[in-house]
Amino acid sequence: MSYFDRMNAVHIDILKEIGNIGAGHAATALSKLLNKKIEMTIPDVRIISFDEMMDIVGGADHVVAAVFLRIEGDAPGNMFFVLSLPQAERFIQQMTGDAQFKLTSECSELSLSALQELGNILAGSYLSSLSDFTKLNLYPSVPELSIDMIGAILSYGLIEVSRVGDCVIVIDTAIHEEQQPDDRVNGHFFLLLDPDSFNIIFRALGVESNE
Amino acid sequence: MSEVAHVVKIGIADMNVVKAPNLIRTCGLGSCVGVVVYDLGREIAGMAHVMLPDSSLSKVDEVNVAKYADTAVGALIQRVIRAGGRTNFLKAKLAGGAQMFQFRSASTDIMRIGPRNVEAVHEQLRRFNVPIVAEDVGGNSGRTIEFNPKTGMLLIRTVNQGVREI
Repeated sequence: MSYFDRMNAVHIDILKEIGNIGAGHAATALSKLLNKKIEMTIPDVRIISFDEMMDIVGGADHVVAAVFLRIEGDAPGNMFFVLSLPQAERFIQQMTGDAQFKLTSECSELSLSALQELGNILAGSYLSSLSDFTKLNLYPSVPELSIDMIGAILSYGLIEVSRVGDCVIVIDTAIHEEQQPDDRVNGHFFLLLDPDSFNIIFRALGVESNE
Repeated sequence: MSEVAHVVKIGIADMNVVKAPNLIRTCGLGSCVGVVVYDLGREIAGMAHVMLPDSSLSKVDEVNVAKYADTAVGALIQRVIRAGGRTNFLKAKLAGGAQMFQFRSASTDIMRIGPRNVEAVHEQLRRFNVPIVAEDVGGNSGRTIEFNPKTGMLLIRTVNQGVREI
């Protein structure tokens, strides 16, 4: 029996709560950083195929700005903060005060490092709240920024999970800036835990892992 | 090309075979490798989107053959032959195997998965005596690739370097 089959409603609720707490802290950090109201969706926990996961953010060849960090420690996994290009541009504009900023192949190192730092702060606050909640030791790797096709980026988060099957458990929380003309979702936090990490987290929270 | 019927898309850890005038495409290759095996004379081509170098990495018994280089290449060759390809006329092209992230700190081998995938695909093609006509591998960019079995050309699209054919 695969680990997907062992998930029951309680487990899914716990994962939603993890997404809620983590992304909640990250959204608060973002809101303070930009002095703006940031809204967040209810976390979505889905067990889906790799291709379906790419479709959440517009298909595998859709170009995005993403900060990726590997979680090490008691419950290893991968965390992605994915922004649409217009949203990444808006965040950079707000942080650097350069209202004309556009993401091009020759845009300044400073603006890219600002975006990387933004990802660093947000992913760090997501992770530290998760660590506080579970009392587990979780360490982020140095985050890396990539502006490229989403399939090429997210597949790094699938390497571990692909060793046990063709599905992935995605903990997805979407955020968007208030008062944007298009009310579409503009940012995603994806938490992709390594397969063995689920039971470690459930046990840390005192829930039977159904094994 | 108005005669093109349609483009067959393959997903991650997936494979398929097409005949001209159809095209075959896979999107968003990062560390994954897209390998094409084709018989130009018969206008038949198969493509696999390989994720990992070796099926010994699998922790389950039931293995998706398209996922691992060591199982995918052989299975792909079989499917091309079953569709009418001739063993001695098969050629290969491949793309992908990028290193999207550096992660100097990470202890794991995971971050070198792109080059390892490329090596494993090379090894399998050698094993089946399928010559590699062209390849575009490595680097740090994602790729979307599309193969035309009629012309034998592989179209490669990247975000920063545009489109090129090999």
